[in-house]
Amino acid sequence: MSAAEDQFRDLLVRGLAGDTRAYEACLKGLSAHLRAFLRRRLAGLPDEVEDLVQETLLAVHNQRHTYDAGLPLTAWVHAIARYKLVDLLRRRGVREALNDPLDDELDVLTSSDTEAADARRDVGKLLARLPDQQRLPIVHMKLQGLSVTETARMTGMSESAVKVGVHRGLKALAAMIRSEP
Amino acid sequence: MKTDDLIAMLSRGAEPVETDVLRRRYTVALGWGAFWTTLLMAILLGVRPDLDDAARLPMFWAKLALPAALLAGALLATIRLSRPGVLLGRVAAALAAPVLAMWLIAAVVLLAAAPGEREALVFGDTWKGCLVNVPMLSLPLFVASLWAMRGLAPTRLALAGAAAGLLSGAGGALVYALHCPELAAPFIGVWYLLGMLIPTALGALLGPRLLHW
Repeated sequence: MSAAEDQFRDLLVRGLAGDTRAYEACLKGLSAHLRAFLRRRLAGLPDEVEDLVQETLLAVHNQRHTYDAGLPLTAWVHAIARYKLVDLLRRRGVREALNDPLDDELDVLTSSDTEAADARRDVGKLLARLPDQQRLPIVHMKLQGLSVTETARMTGMSESAVKVGVHRGLKALAAMIRSEP
Repeated sequence: MKTDDLIAMLSRGAEPVETDVLRRRYTVALGWGAFWTTLLMAILLGVRPDLDDAARLPMFWAKLALPAALLAGALLATIRLSRPGVLLGRVAAALAAPVLAMWLIAAVVLLAAAPGEREALVFGDTWKGCLVNVPMLSLPLFVASLWAMRGLAPTRLALAGAAAGLLSGAGGALVYALHCPELAAPFIGVWYLLGMLIPTALGALLGPRLLHW
C-alpha cells in the first residue's frame, strides 16, 4: 500500500465519521490526483478536465456511503473516476479510449496536479435550477454554513426535510450534470 | 464555481455517514421480496399437495439446492457489484459449479434411461409452466434488488443488473420448486435454468438504464 493510500484512507474514514476538516483535506488531496489522472486520459478534450474533476468529486461525495474502510481506497476512487470518465467519453461519442489496456488502478494516486483550471460548467448556476426544498437547504447549509436548526428556522422546513433536501439536491445536481449535452 | 469552492461546499456541515447502508438495503430487499414471492406462490399456484412425500426423495432436495446455491452466489455477486472497485473474485466459478453438478446428474440419468424415455425426462409435463412461473415469481425480488442497488454505486451496470436478475430468478425458482411436481434432473437442468436466465437477461438489459448515477 502506498503512503498516499494510507493518508487518504485515514482522512476519509475520519471524514465519514463527521470530521469535516479531515473530509475537506481528503477531497482537496484527491482533487489534485484526479486532475492528473483525468488530464492524462482526456488528452483530446483538455477543456473538460476541470469539469470532470468536479463531477467526480461530487460523485465521491454522493457515493461516500459505499466506501468500506476494509477495502483499498485506491480501487474505490479509481472505479468512480473511471466510471465518470467512461460516461463522459460516451456522451462525447468517443469510443477508442474506453479500452485502455495500460490502465492501472494504482495510477490514480501516483501523480498530482494542483493547478486547477477554470471549470467551463458553473455548478453554482446549476444549483439555481433546483427546486426550493433542495436549493434552499444547500444554499443556507452548504454555502453559507448555517446549521441544520438555523436552516430549518429560516426556511420553515423541518430539520429532517432540510437534511433530505441537501442529500437529494446534491444527487439531482449530479443527474443534471450527467444529462447535459 | 471553482473546484476548491465546490470542495468547501461538499465538506461544510457534512454529517457522519451511516456505514451499514448496503447491509440494510439488501436486508429490506430480500425480506420484502421473499414475502411477496411466497405470497404470490401461495395465492396463484399453491404448494404441491404431496410435499411431505416429495421431501423424502433426495432429488427433491437437489432440486432446491440448485436455485439455493445460485441464490447465494448471485447475492454475493450483487453485493460486490454494488460498490465501486470491488472485484468479483471467484463468484463466476461459484455460480457455474451448481449448474455443472446438475448437468452431471442429468447426463447420468439420461444415459441410464431407455431411449424412448429420454424426451419425457427433459420436457416433463410442465416445462412451459416453469418458463412462465419462475420469471413471474422472481418479479418482487427483481424490483427489490434493483431498488437496493439504485441506492448504492454499481460501476458495471449490465453485469450488476444481470446479478440482481439472477438473484431474483434463483429466489423465484426456489419458491416455485415447492409447487412444481417435476423431479427429473434433466428437466431441472434445462427449464429451471432457463427460467432463471430470463430475469438475468432482463436485468442485464435494464441495468444500464436504471442503475446509472
